[in-house]
Amino acid sequence: MLLDGAWTTIWISLIAIVCGVPLGFGLSLIRVRRVPVLSQIVALYVSLGRATPLVTLALFLFVTLPVFGINIDKYTAGVVALTLNTASFNTEVWRSAYLAFPQSQIEAARAMGMKRGLYFRRIMLPQMWYAALPSLVNEMTLLIKASPAIAVIGVVDLTRVTNRIAAQTYEPLPPILIAGAMYILFISVLVRLQRRLEKRAERYAT
Amino acid sequence: MTDLEIVIKEWPRLASGFGNTVLLFGVSSVGAFLLGAHMVGPLRSRSKIVRVALHSYVDGMRMLPFLIFVYLLYYGLPSFGVKLDAWTAGLLGLTIYHCAYVTEILRGAWDQLPTGQTESAQAHGYHGFRLMRRIILPQLVLNSAPVLGNQLIYILKDTSFLMIITVQDLTYAASSIQSMYFVPLEPFLIAMALYWAISLLIERLVRVVQGTAKVRGLGRA
Repeated sequence: MLLDGAWTTIWISLIAIVCGVPLGFGLSLIRVRRVPVLSQIVALYVSLGRATPLVTLALFLFVTLPVFGINIDKYTAGVVALTLNTASFNTEVWRSAYLAFPQSQIEAARAMGMKRGLYFRRIMLPQMWYAALPSLVNEMTLLIKASPAIAVIGVVDLTRVTNRIAAQTYEPLPPILIAGAMYILFISVLVRLQRRLEKRAERYAT
Repeated sequence: MTDLEIVIKEWPRLASGFGNTVLLFGVSSVGAFLLGAHMVGPLRSRSKIVRVALHSYVDGMRMLPFLIFVYLLYYGLPSFGVKLDAWTAGLLGLTIYHCAYVTEILRGAWDQLPTGQTESAQAHGYHGFRLMRRIILPQLVLNSAPVLGNQLIYILKDTSFLMIITVQDLTYAASSIQSMYFVPLEPFLIAMALYWAISLLIERLVRVVQGTAKVRGLGRA
C-alpha cells in the first residue's frame, strides 16, 4: 500500500513537472517580450499562483470546474493544481535566467548577422537551460513537498495512504515514519542532482 | 438567495477562518524567527554533538513535507502517550518546521559576513547575546530580507495544510461554506484573494526592509 501511494505521488509530480517546466518557459517569454495585455495577465497569474496555497487551489479546481461543465476527476484536478502551482514559480526562474543573460553575447550574435530566432535557439536557449536547471530542480523538491496537498480532494498519495494503513492496524506511527523516509529519499536524490547541476552551471558560466 | 448573498450571510465563518489563519501565521512566524535566531549561533558551536544535532534537524526538516511532519505530531506522538489537540499540533508543527528553514537562511547570510567584523566587535567588548543582537542579527535580517519574505509566504501557505487535521482555517471555512450551500466559486475566490492580500503585504514589508538595508549600505541588489 505504501508503495502504491509512493507511486501515485511520483507519477502525479512527474506529470506536473513535465507540463510545468515548458509552460513556465512559454509564460516567461510572454513576460520578457512584453506582449501587451498577455504580459500583465501572466504577471497577475504568477503573483496569485505564488500566493495561493495548493490545498486551496486543489479544492477550488475540484469543486468549481464541474460547475462550468468541465468534468474532472480527482487525479486530473490534482495534476492540474500542481502544474498551475509549479508553472508560476518556473515562470520566474526562466524569466530571471533570461534577464541574467549577458547582453554582449546577443550583440556579438547580431554582429555575426544572426536573426533573433536563430540566436535565441542556438545561443541563448542552451545557456539559459544550464543557468535555470538548478533552480528548476529546487522547485521540483518544493513541488514534492507540497504534493500532499492533493490529499484533500481524495487522492491517495504517499501521505494519505498512512491514514488508511493506520485505520487498519491502529498503529499510525510506523507508516508515517516509512512515508517520511521515502520522501527524504526522493528529495535527497533531487538535492544531490541540484548540487551537481549547480557545479556544472558554474563551470559553464566562467 | 444568490450565491453572493449566501457568502455575505456566512461572512462570520469566513472571517473567523481568516482570523485563525492570520493567528497561526503570525504566531508561528514570530516563533520560527525567534527560535531560528537562537539556533544560527550554536550551528557554529565548538561542540561537535551540538553541531551535528542541529545540522541533522535542519536538513531533516528541509527534506520532509510539512504535512508528514504534522502527521507525526498529531497522529504519531499519541503512540508515546503525548496527545496534542489539532491547534497545538498545528502551531508547534509550523513553528518547528519553519524554524529549520529560517535557521538555514540566516546561516547562509552569516557565511557572507566578513569575519573581521565580528572580531573587531569582540575587540570592542561585544560578546555573546549582545554581539548577536546588536551586530550580527540585524545584518543577517537586512541581507536576507527577500528570502525571509519568501519563507513567510511558505508559512502562510502551509497553514492551509492544517485543515486536514481539522484546524478551522480560511480554506476550511471556504470549503465548509461550499459544501453546505453548494456555492463552489465565491468562497474559494474570496479565500484566494485574502491569501493574496497577505502575501502582497509581505512583499511590501520586504521592500521596506530592503530600503532600510540600502540606506545602511547592506543588502544585495
